Amino acid sequence: MSEHLPDALVQPARFAFTEANQAAAQQIIAKYPAGRQRSAVMPLLDLAQRQEGWLSRAAMDHVADMLGVPPIKVYEVATFYTMYNLKPIGKLHVQVCTNISCWLRAAPEVVRAAREVLGVEFGQTRADAKATLSEVECLGACANAPVMQVGDDLYEDLTYDTAKAVLEALMRGDKVKFGSQSGRQGACPAGGPTTLKPKPPAEAAKETP
Amino acid sequence: MLRDEDRIYTNLYGFDSPFLDAARARGDWDDTRAILVKGRDWIVDEMKKAGLRGRGGAGFSAGMKWSFMPKGEGPLPHYLVVNADEGEPGTCKDRDILRYEPHKLVEGCLLAGFAIGAHAAYIYVRGEYYNETRVLQRAIDEAYAAGLLGDDACGSGWKMDVFIHRGMGAYICGEESALIQSLEGKKGQPRAKPPFPAGVGVWGCPTTVNNVETIADAPTILRRGAAWFADLGPENNNGTKIFCISGHVETPCNVEEEMGIPLKELIRRHAGGVRGGWDNLLAVIPGGSSTPMIPKDICDDVKMDFDSLRNVRSGLGTAAVIVMDRSTDLVAAITRLARFYMHESCGQCTPCREGTGWLWRTMVRMESGQASVAEIDKLLEVTRQIEGHTICALGDAAAWPIQGLFRHFRPEVEKRIAARRADAKHRAA
Repeated sequence: MSEHLPDALVQPARFAFTEANQAAAQQIIAKYPAGRQRSAVMPLLDLAQRQEGWLSRAAMDHVADMLGVPPIKVYEVATFYTMYNLKPIGKLHVQVCTNISCWLRAAPEVVRAAREVLGVEFGQTRADAKATLSEVECLGACANAPVMQVGDDLYEDLTYDTAKAVLEALMRGDKVKFGSQSGRQGACPAGGPTTLKPKPPAEAAKETP
Repeated sequence: MLRDEDRIYTNLYGFDSPFLDAARARGDWDDTRAILVKGRDWIVDEMKKAGLRGRGGAGFSAGMKWSFMPKGEGPLPHYLVVNADEGEPGTCKDRDILRYEPHKLVEGCLLAGFAIGAHAAYIYVRGEYYNETRVLQRAIDEAYAAGLLGDDACGSGWKMDVFIHRGMGAYICGEESALIQSLEGKKGQPRAKPPFPAGVGVWGCPTTVNNVETIADAPTILRRGAAWFADLGPENNNGTKIFCISGHVETPCNVEEEMGIPLKELIRRHAGGVRGGWDNLLAVIPGGSSTPMIPKDICDDVKMDFDSLRNVRSGLGTAAVIVMDRSTDLVAAITRLARFYMHESCGQCTPCREGTGWLWRTMVRMESGQASVAEIDKLLEVTRQIEGHTICALGDAAAWPIQGLFRHFRPEVEKRIAARRADAKHRAA
């Protein structure tokens, strides 16, 4: 599933959680029953990745040491799940879904916009390390297809133009409101709900005592 | 059409706040203690009578599943695990429960946890739902602060904790035993069954794994009564269901409807109809990517429930309706799904690890017309060699979309192959 550790990569010699993250790590471990601290492997790797920007060998070893599990068991996890980045990525991680629901609603246009704005292909990071572009499987927002994820945020109901505008703004360092870019609320049908519709004023007035 | 007063999810679109005060105003946490004091057996029995079939895709009776848990307090703790690893292409219903109706899920965790003798629930949320997870965590924190969870949940004397465990990008973790492995901090590779989770689940303890929608349905069912729920939908397919409608419709959306609603009515009423009109419909994948597609003539009058869709050799699955109009290259669509299953195979079983790649490579040749007609039968034979020969259902899920394509559209693929041959011959001449 995930990529294997790249050979040529320069790995940092050591890793340590910041003081705040050290406290957060202890809270995470406490969520699991006594003696089951190995369950914290995934959230701790995520915490390390959020601190470093990617997941280094030293960070994995540190997590293994914290939890008292052999490092190989941590590497197994890190290489199995696609959200762990085993090499440095760009500041923005742009992930475009090309699976069926997005594809049916012109995901290739979103891909085209992303390629143009970022100037890289799938799997590549810009030379200035400002962004990485990835193709991903279903992001689970299919009624708002096509969608892309940037960092932790989903941008939905995209077109070529809105995808381009979102990415250009993010590249400039501007904030963009995540969610639907066509202005609809959640996965409500465009044009308004077909259920639980607000009552017309006349009817509502009748019900008021 | 489902009446508004029968809807469970009255904030499905998030027009209202997801948090405690607003959730209470919608009826969540309304005297939960009164349900708890009726006892464990009453709850399980009521869920059985309601006939709620699991909303994660398999459609197994939720009450029955709860009843498989050991009775009384044994030496090992019991656990409730909620599957929020929503990843079946086309499916986005649990997301809206997490972000807009989280208190239904949290209250459901208490009721289900109590019913199976668990003092802790772990909600496994897919990693990509980061913002949704934040909403859910806040709802959990609110519930603790209000005494709805904790050492004396809702004043019932029952201790209940609810934790979130985030996934990190692996479709296979939606399979319950892979999810359990992942919760234990391991690779998400499914376990052979038996033993089933009710006997040996997470950390070797009795465990019930349920989908988000199943658990979030429970409080309303227990409050309004099994008879109310059972009265909705066709026999053996009771209740309401959140449908996700995507693809070539005018207004893609999620909507809660009564089980058994005709597909045509579902699409017309809530999704603005098929793009270009009903006659422009080519095929529908009715229950998420794993369910075989059905052509327009079946869509004309099929009903949306477990049994009706099984009778047309497809399935309700997660009720993710993927609509494809006549502009769609169905072979390309299924080839894309084949690539998905190849990508998501965990690699544990040889038929799936090798087979999903083989299926995809052959589908690529089908899509371009380079394959030979004889290869179609070989391809279908390989799908049957994968199906049923793996530890989990991912192998089946990879096989079914391809089988569905050729069941209904084989002549189209044969035509494409013939056209490519004729073209090649013409060029050579």
